[in-house]
Amino acid sequence: MEYLMGIKGKDFVVVVGDTTAAQQIITIKHDEDKLVPIDSHKLMCLSGEPGDRVQFSEFIMANARLYALRHERSLTTKAVANFTRSELATALRKGPYNTNLLIAGWDENTGPSLYWMDYLATMHSMNVAGTGYGSYFVLSMMDRLWRPDLSEEEAVQLMEKGIEEVKRRLVVAPPSYVIKIVDKAGIRTVKTIRPEAL
Amino acid sequence: MARRYDSRTTIFSPEGRLYQVEYAMEAISNAGAALGVLAVDGVVLAAEKRITSKLLDTNAVGVRREKMYKLADHIACAVAGITADANILINKCRLAAQQYEFAYQEPIAVEQLVRSLCDNKQGYTQFGGLRPFGVSLLYGGWDEDRGFQLYQSDPSGNYGGWKATAIGANKQAAQNLLKQDYTDDITLDKAIKLVTKILSKTMDSTSLSPEKVELATISRNAAGEVVYRVYEDADLQPLLDAVNEETQKEKDSES
Repeated sequence: MEYLMGIKGKDFVVVVGDTTAAQQIITIKHDEDKLVPIDSHKLMCLSGEPGDRVQFSEFIMANARLYALRHERSLTTKAVANFTRSELATALRKGPYNTNLLIAGWDENTGPSLYWMDYLATMHSMNVAGTGYGSYFVLSMMDRLWRPDLSEEEAVQLMEKGIEEVKRRLVVAPPSYVIKIVDKAGIRTVKTIRPEAL
Repeated sequence: MARRYDSRTTIFSPEGRLYQVEYAMEAISNAGAALGVLAVDGVVLAAEKRITSKLLDTNAVGVRREKMYKLADHIACAVAGITADANILINKCRLAAQQYEFAYQEPIAVEQLVRSLCDNKQGYTQFGGLRPFGVSLLYGGWDEDRGFQLYQSDPSGNYGGWKATAIGANKQAAQNLLKQDYTDDITLDKAIKLVTKILSKTMDSTSLSPEKVELATISRNAAGEVVYRVYEDADLQPLLDAVNEETQKEKDSES
C-alpha cells in the first residue's frame, strides 16, 4: 500500500515515496515516481487513484508554469498549496480527484515549507507529514525523533529508519522507495531503495 | 465625411489612429490632476479636487473622497477623468484583488493587478459597440517581490511603472517639475512636500486648501504591515500652509 512521508528541516524538506505501481493484486512496476516537480523548487507527492494522481498533478503543474510565464515570477509554495487545495475543494462536489498529497517547497523569502492535504481538500502546514497505512507507524516515531534543527543527513537517516519500520510492521509494505530533498539548490534525488531482486 | 473614423471606437483611421481612444485621453488632460511619487520608504499620491462648493457636504459618502481609493490592503489609487467610469474600474480592481487572495491566500502583486485591469481596458479599444473608459489611474502599492511601486495606466490599456508621474490637467508641466526635483533617494516626507509644491504650481488657484487637495500615502509600519493613510483636513492644513508660504516668498522675492 502506498506510503508518503515528509520532514521539514531548518532549510530543507526531505520527502519519501514508494515507487510501486499496483493494479488490484498485481504490481505493475517498481519505478513509478510519485514525487513530481511543479517547478525547480517545488515537489508534489501524490498517492491514490493512479489516473487522478497523474491528471491532477499535471493540471496543477501546467497552471503553475502558466502563471510563471505570464507574470515572470513563480508562485510561492504557499500559493501553490492553496491553489491546489481550492481546485481540489471545487472538484470535490463535481468530479472529485481521489488523491492525497504532500507539497514540499523552498522559497527565497520563507525558506522550506511542507503541506499535507487529503482528497477532501483538508490542508495543513506541517513539520512532519505522511499519508498511507505506513505513516501510522512512522508518524509516532517521528514525533519522538524530529527536531527543528535536524541536518539534511540526519533527516535522510530518519527517513530510512521510517522505511525500515514500514517494512518490518506493515503487512502490505511496498518494496521500493525514493527519497528526495528540496532546498535552496532545488530538487534532488538522494536515494532509491529497491530490493536487489528487482 | 470628417466624422467617418471618429464615431466607432474600434476602427482605424487611414492614418492608423483610433480616434475615440485619443479623444478619451484628451478628456483626461482636462480633468483634475493627480500626481504620484515613489519614495524609498513609500508612495505618495496627490490629487486636485475640482468639486468645490460652499454647499457641498464634505462628509457625505461619495464626496468625502473624490479621487483616492483603496484597492486592497496594500494597493491604493488616484484617478483622473470621468469619476463614474473610474468607479467601475475600481470595483473590478477590488474584485480581482480579492479573487486572487481567495485562490492563493496571498496578496496580489501590484503589477499583476494593474495588468489585469489594463487587459480589461484594452478590450474596449478593440471590441465594438462600447466606448473606452475615460480615466487614467495612478496606482501605488507594496508587494513582497518588488517593494514599493508606482504605476500609471491610460484608456488605451497601456501601463507603465514610474518613479514619479502626473496625469490630468497640466500634466506636462507637472512632469517637467518632477523631472527637475526628483531624486532616487527621496524620502516619503520629502516626496509629500514635493507633490504639494508641484500641485500648487500647476493648479489654477493661487493658494492650496484642504478642499482642493487630496493626499494619500502608502508606507510600512514597524511591524512591516502596509499602511494606507489618507490625509484629513487637519493633517493637510499645515502641509499646505507651508507650501503656500513658500510660494508667497518666492513671489515676493521676484517682485
